[in-house]
Amino acid sequence: MSHRVLIVDDEPNIVISLEYLIKKEGFEVAVATDGEAALQQAADFVPDLILLDVMMPKKSGFEVCQALRADPAQAAVKIIMLTARGRETEVAKGLALGADAYITKPFSTKELVLQIKSLLA
Amino acid sequence: MLQGWVIVLASFLYLGILFAIAWYADRRADSGRSLIANPAVYALSLGVYCTTWTFYGSVGRAAASGIGFLPIYLGPTLLFALAGFILHKMIRVAKTNRITSIADFVASRYGKSQLLGGLVTVIAVVGVIPYIALQLKAVSNSFAILASYPDIIMPAKAGAVPLLQDSALYVAMILAAFTILFGTRHLDATERHEGMVAAIAVESVVKLVAFLAVGVFVVWGMHDGVGDIFAQAALAPEVAHRLASADSPAAYGTWGTLIFLSMFASLLLPRQFQIAVVENVDESHLRRAVWMFPLYLFLINLFVLPVALAGLLHFPGGGGVDADTFVLTLPMAHQQEALALFVYIGGLSAATGMVIVETIALSTMVCNDLVMPLLLRLPVLGLAARADLSGLLLEIRRWAIAVILCLGYLYFRVAGEAYALVSIGLISFAAVAQFAPVVIGGLFWKGGTRDGALAGLAAGFVLWTYTLLLPSFAKSGWLPDGFIAHGLFGIELLRPQVLFGLAGLDEITHCLVWSLLVNMGAYIGVSLMRVPNLREARQATLFVGGAEAAGIPGWRGSAGIDDLLPLAGRFLGLERAQEAFSRHARQRGLRSLHELPADTRLVGFAETLLAGAIGSASARAMVASVVTEEPLGIDEVMNILDEASQVRAYTRELEQKSRELTRATAELRQANARLQELDRMKDDFISTVTHELRTPLTSIRAFSEMLHEDPRIDLAQRSRFLGIIVSETVRLSRLINQILDLAKLESGRAEWTVAAVDVAEVIREAADSLAPLFVDKRVSLQLDGCEAGLNVLADRDRLMQVMVNLLSNALKFVPVASGRVKVDVGAAAGEVRVSVTDNGPGIEAGDQEVIFEKFRQGTGNTDVLIDKPQGTGLGLPISRQIIEYFNGRLWVESTPGAGACFVFTLPRQAGDNGASQPTGEQP
Repeated sequence: MSHRVLIVDDEPNIVISLEYLIKKEGFEVAVATDGEAALQQAADFVPDLILLDVMMPKKSGFEVCQALRADPAQAAVKIIMLTARGRETEVAKGLALGADAYITKPFSTKELVLQIKSLLA
Repeated sequence: MLQGWVIVLASFLYLGILFAIAWYADRRADSGRSLIANPAVYALSLGVYCTTWTFYGSVGRAAASGIGFLPIYLGPTLLFALAGFILHKMIRVAKTNRITSIADFVASRYGKSQLLGGLVTVIAVVGVIPYIALQLKAVSNSFAILASYPDIIMPAKAGAVPLLQDSALYVAMILAAFTILFGTRHLDATERHEGMVAAIAVESVVKLVAFLAVGVFVVWGMHDGVGDIFAQAALAPEVAHRLASADSPAAYGTWGTLIFLSMFASLLLPRQFQIAVVENVDESHLRRAVWMFPLYLFLINLFVLPVALAGLLHFPGGGGVDADTFVLTLPMAHQQEALALFVYIGGLSAATGMVIVETIALSTMVCNDLVMPLLLRLPVLGLAARADLSGLLLEIRRWAIAVILCLGYLYFRVAGEAYALVSIGLISFAAVAQFAPVVIGGLFWKGGTRDGALAGLAAGFVLWTYTLLLPSFAKSGWLPDGFIAHGLFGIELLRPQVLFGLAGLDEITHCLVWSLLVNMGAYIGVSLMRVPNLREARQATLFVGGAEAAGIPGWRGSAGIDDLLPLAGRFLGLERAQEAFSRHARQRGLRSLHELPADTRLVGFAETLLAGAIGSASARAMVASVVTEEPLGIDEVMNILDEASQVRAYTRELEQKSRELTRATAELRQANARLQELDRMKDDFISTVTHELRTPLTSIRAFSEMLHEDPRIDLAQRSRFLGIIVSETVRLSRLINQILDLAKLESGRAEWTVAAVDVAEVIREAADSLAPLFVDKRVSLQLDGCEAGLNVLADRDRLMQVMVNLLSNALKFVPVASGRVKVDVGAAAGEVRVSVTDNGPGIEAGDQEVIFEKFRQGTGNTDVLIDKPQGTGLGLPISRQIIEYFNGRLWVESTPGAGACFVFTLPRQAGDNGASQPTGEQP
């Protein structure tokens, strides 16, 4: 039974890279390119893990995270924040909002895959 | 029984009792339970007015001219009964100003002039010497007469007895010693002598009782009542003749003079002033005194006429018995030894009372107003530095007493026989009458000045000396009497007793007329010659203005322009003050400010003027302190004003500095806020930039790693990924360049190559460079109005950058294949206008400014993933910077759904066509 991963990012090239990476690991992939679509997909696709960018139109990654964590139906979802905003305060904010991990871009592909695997294990 | 030693013993006994009373009264005063604080005592003490002149002399005068003895008692009676307000005022003023003598009064009133005080003292001493001599004469005569009992022998002529056998000398010496003991035991700051007052009151009682006793004896002892005396007198022709002479017209004239003189004397004689004013304990005592004193006078004069008549009847035809002595000789003639002794004691009482008070008052004046001012002026004595001068002061007073009595005795020897007792007294009255104009004027007229007072007193004194004193010496033989008959230097008009031909008056009246005329004339005339100065005005207010002036808000007083102008000038500046006063003078119809009189209006104006500078309260206080009594000299006032103005200037400075500080603080706060904002902006910028830089890096790294990890990725994927890596690298480079460019532009460190640029040419070149992209996207590009000759002053490359930016933006947003971009160029009002219009989605109103912000891009695309604008979001901000650098404007006009139109304008430059050599010149 393969895990489902939702990729949320508005940068097309990054989406391509992430998609390839995760599909290679054998997971199912869905994509959302803004915050609202992200929540929609979370409900529809019911992923096991979400790769969440912060800087997005419509709703930022923080808001999405907060909304997901507030929703009891999404209690089991793992969230990895994946963002170029790497200041300490933002890391803390992300984790405080309920993210399970916080990875700054540019990221190491190996590390990302490891993180995903460990969370889904 | 009445041997010499008995009389002497009785005398000393009486004096001893007096001394004891005085000592006891002083003790009581020191312990606070004053004996004399009692209106009856005050009224009785005023009886010191009645001396041996009253005791012996009245009878003598009555015997010579009937009721002609009365006027000198009518004067005081009228003064006290009808003009008591003068006394009230005098007492009040004296108390308020701490006056200690008549000299002090005059000196203080006219600006605290020591010269004036000295002059008054001299006049008082000279004027009263005859009066003292009179007492000496009376005592020694009465002693001599009594001692020769039972014979009645008139004493020898005053100058005839050899010096050392002259009882008068011993009387003088004893009185001097007694007075010194009495009055100079200690100094009192108020110059009050409670013991003396008590003794004087007792003396008044003694002499009254003695006289009444004689009267009773004469009327009912010797005769059968008053009616009997008058009846007998009418029968004796020469007596009746004496009575009748009282009705002559000359007598009335003399009456007027005498009433006049005695009115003044009862107040202005040093001893009267001392007792009535200085020694007064309570002003309310005066109310009792105004009727008690006239009553006393009435009682003591009650039996004068009967005694006189009885004496004339008993010692007929001038039988060798002086009428002056009737009070003594009548009892003697009837063997009434006890009564005679009592009468003698009464006479002694009268004399000692006068001498003690008079000499104490005079010695106080001599010490305070004559000697001490002179001594203090001699720096060699170093007196001003000595802390305690009381010992010296007492010594001076003792010597003064001794000298005065000595002079009194001398006058007695020299001139004592020229006149009867009464006439001698009148000489003194006329002398102290010279004080009347300055004293009465000082109490009721504010215009009196020191110079006026000096002139009046000096003139009056000179005339008194010439018309009265010198003749009295001459008539006794001590001066050649030629000048009396023929006038000074033989000029008839200058005859002392018929001066300038004024004949027909008795010498007293004559003297009075001339001396008072000259006195008042000089006083008023010289006073009017100038305005009272500040000190005089101040004192005038205190004396004339009465209690209202004593430091109560509604001040009254005057000060002259000579003092008010500098005062105001110190505060307002002399020019402004002069201006103001000149205006005031003009308003009052005067030509210049120097004509302004020293009156209330002027000072009121000055006060208002000052109030404008220092506030009304301060102005009032300043003016009040200057016009009313305050131990502030004009220098001290100036110092206070200077200090106050310095303080105000300093306060103003401080206030200004404080305001500046507040302003500076506000500015600093603003700057700080700006800095913080900038700091935040910088943080945001950095954060945004790093984000923007990291995004392409992310792709580059991810794809690089993926390719690296798995070399077996198929070719199609591989080239796709590599393509992305390349384009992201390009993107990254472009971003970095633009960021640096923007940074350079914003910091002003960009290098500009400025020249006249042909706009149309630049547009064409930009269009050409982008043509392939337009062709790719199948978007049409139209150029309108691109004529030559539209020059602007700019950097060619930068202008190109702007055109490329605008064109590529348009290209980015127009739809594929149906996109149309149009460039319009035109000139209007000295400007070149370029617009780039597209038929893309347009820009919402809210975004039309946002797009010019850094890193912001337009929204409103439906599919962001596909159509996410390729760009950094820095193009437009950079373009704007460039355009604005060259004094142009860049903006957008757009309606959503109807495309966008980007417009910029630049100032037009007249220049050659095609000349685009970079000159590097800045406009």
